[in-house]
Amino acid sequence: MEGIGLTHYLTLSAVVFCIGVFGMLTRRNAVGVLMSIELMFNAVNITLVAFARYVTPATITGQVVAIFTIAVAAAEATVALAIVLLIYQHHRGIDVDRINFMKW
Amino acid sequence: MDTISLAFYALAFLIIAAAIFVVTSKNIFHSAIYLILALFGVAGIYVLLQAPFLAAAQVLIYVGAVSMLMIFAIMLTARIADQTIRHTNEQVPTGLLVSLGLLAVIVYSLWQTPFAISSDPMPEGAGGTLGKLLLTQFALPFEIVSVLLLGALIGAVVIAKKDSVRREPEAPMTPLPKSAEKVAG
Repeated sequence: MEGIGLTHYLTLSAVVFCIGVFGMLTRRNAVGVLMSIELMFNAVNITLVAFARYVTPATITGQVVAIFTIAVAAAEATVALAIVLLIYQHHRGIDVDRINFMKW
Repeated sequence: MDTISLAFYALAFLIIAAAIFVVTSKNIFHSAIYLILALFGVAGIYVLLQAPFLAAAQVLIYVGAVSMLMIFAIMLTARIADQTIRHTNEQVPTGLLVSLGLLAVIVYSLWQTPFAISSDPMPEGAGGTLGKLLLTQFALPFEIVSVLLLGALIGAVVIAKKDSVRREPEAPMTPLPKSAEKVAG
């Protein structure tokens, strides 16, 4: 095996992404679900930066897209945590399997 | 095994172990701490990939801001750090199946795909190149992202405000209500 290549980074990213998927599917706590989503965002960012390093190193476009991803993830986290706090104020609990009051 | 490989495997082990603890830890606060660890590891991976600006941004935004938000949310929603309540739903076998299946599909297709590896050198001073790209080729997305961040800021304030529903639309320029003064002071 000669050194670390693109596939190694992509495999790491896939593993982290799938751990995030598992957490998102199984966590009961809304903040836990959000943390799993942050893990998935980071996995995708690793993919973008790895492609920028190995496939298009002259034009580092992947890094630009990764910056946009980070910005959008920050915005998402802010609004989602505000929603979580609001739900907690109204329902005294943020278990996602009990937040079904929008279901008819 | 050279230094880069060693650093990669150490960081990968750190990230994966921390990520597993994030999704399985019984105490949600421990999850947040492990999330910070995993995000630090990802910053190290960015350094290995010769993206120093992104590593710095990762530490500033994720480790500094996003995880602080998470910890704030955990602290403000009391009782959820309680270890006695169930922390997973009944989807654990299904979730395990889905995520492992997804992992198998992704990894299989990864090792089958021939990627067009380029051996061009990275530009000198990647941070400067990044800034130029952001203000020339990606100027429009850059501006849109700034509007998005402004919207998220205002949206978060409006959503999290206590009496966001009952506030009367009229009554312009009256003195602040007592509660708001107390918060401001």
